[in-house]
Amino acid sequence: MENDNMEKKLENLQILVNHLTYHYPDGTIALKGINLNIYSGEIVGIMGKNGAGKSTLIKTFNGLLKPTTGTVYIENDEVNNVLMSKLTRKVGIVFQNPDLQLFANTVEDEIRFSLKNLNFTKTELENQINLTLEKFKLKKFQNRTPFTLSGGEKKRLAIASIMCRNPEIIVFDEPTIGQDAEGVEFIRNLIKEKHAEGKTIIIVSHDIEFAIDNIPRTILMADGLIIADGPTNKILSQDQILNIGSLISPQLIKLSKFLIDLKIKVPEDVYIKENMVQFLGSYFKDKMGITEGGKQ
Amino acid sequence: MNLIKFEDFSFKYDQAQDFVLKDIKLNIESGKFILLCGITGSGKTSLVRAMNGLIPQFYHGEIKGDVFVKGKNTKNVPTSTLSRDVGLVFQNPENQLIAMNVEREIAFGPENIGIPWDEMDSRIKECIKITDIEHLRKKAPFEISGGEQQRVAIASILALQPEIIIFDEPTSLLDPKSAIQILNLLKKILLEKKISTIIVIEHRLDIVLPLADEVILIDKGRIIEHGEAHYVINGEKFLNSGVNIPKCVSVFQKLMNQNIFTGKMPISIEETKNLINSIK
Repeated sequence: MENDNMEKKLENLQILVNHLTYHYPDGTIALKGINLNIYSGEIVGIMGKNGAGKSTLIKTFNGLLKPTTGTVYIENDEVNNVLMSKLTRKVGIVFQNPDLQLFANTVEDEIRFSLKNLNFTKTELENQINLTLEKFKLKKFQNRTPFTLSGGEKKRLAIASIMCRNPEIIVFDEPTIGQDAEGVEFIRNLIKEKHAEGKTIIIVSHDIEFAIDNIPRTILMADGLIIADGPTNKILSQDQILNIGSLISPQLIKLSKFLIDLKIKVPEDVYIKENMVQFLGSYFKDKMGITEGGKQ
Repeated sequence: MNLIKFEDFSFKYDQAQDFVLKDIKLNIESGKFILLCGITGSGKTSLVRAMNGLIPQFYHGEIKGDVFVKGKNTKNVPTSTLSRDVGLVFQNPENQLIAMNVEREIAFGPENIGIPWDEMDSRIKECIKITDIEHLRKKAPFEISGGEQQRVAIASILALQPEIIIFDEPTSLLDPKSAIQILNLLKKILLEKKISTIIVIEHRLDIVLPLADEVILIDKGRIIEHGEAHYVINGEKFLNSGVNIPKCVSVFQKLMNQNIFTGKMPISIEETKNLINSIK
């Protein structure tokens, strides 16, 4: 049984990073020996201070940066030995700032460019463009230049131009920055949908509230190294780790710690919003003797 | 005292179809930490552009009504004059920092408005002290971290001694701890009366709400709510506005809907703790 599990796990190994270092040409050592396994279908968060090496690490996944020493395997391909065009088909990275990603004259051309070289027939290509525009609610901007879109719309286009290539591994760099509730909901649903399709999703983010709700496993980086790797709720509740990562606890983890300090017995997963509502609901009812109708 | 006054102000950008600001009536008073919030495209950035004359002097379009900054009409008084009253700090400090080292960066503004050397020197010293960047003095702005850059950007605006500083998403590029440190620094500057009023545009309401005295809520170019933070947060309009409601607020909103809770909703974890303590 144990062996079966292990074999299955190895079979699903999708990204394997061994003793990876990266030195920038100016001498900065951004990665100092990274070892990491990511399995097919996982949702993994990468957190850490500015300058910890997060962006450098993800750029080695699609060949944008070549390892100085060590290896990175994407499925069976060692990134040093494979064409970048093959890697970028497997690994799609949605960067933080859409302005750096968008360049075409129209919204439609942006998608068309992304789908080029994927061996579609002309009809298939046009169909695919249309489907993508519709799915990402960009149809009405079809002929507009991307630079006249609002920040949220640009972000949607940048995501669409990566998603239309249907990569197996999707990397989001700070997807929720500057997004309102609707924008965050859009990202959340997209991640859910891609996860259900079996894609592997990697999210670089400072957004602790988003992470606690949507990312089961978190890797914390500091100074070019991985210093913690585990369930997000555990990572975001340990003071020592939070200090190193320049992070804070999400609100409901703080609140559940407070309840525990008061010697109030709380369920383990009370940091999830629905559970907190349910718990405080019965706690308040109990303390205040509320029955029908409610009162304070 | 009214620092900024909008009188039935509307604005439509050249070649745009719709007005982006509609019938704005607004008084910005001194001594406040004001949070400006609203969903993407609601008009937040346009509203602050109208507060220092960038609208209508730099961004042209159709105008109705007036905006006054300390009694000066933003239509007639040049932005170079208005910018001494109202300072703007943008999301990405890299776009704002230009000098060879931090000290020169802070001197740049005062130098350009002809402040005498000895006064400039004392202003630089004070701004460095307030923002706690003594150790960065001789460093180049591009070799320091994002949080440090944001401190330098704040120091260089403070050196101009404006009455009002507006921050357009000052913490979006920072990690959570640095973000809180920057917002606390702003609050300290206000409480020490180095500045009369601070206006902050922020999407991360969970970290900024505990510091806010007032909240302005804007939707489709109209101000739909403006008042003391608790008042706005407890209103239907805020809860339905589509902004990122902090988790502690949304937990109590649910309890309220279930008739379990009827008091004033807590806007921070500290207030939530006090509330739980009060019924223990």
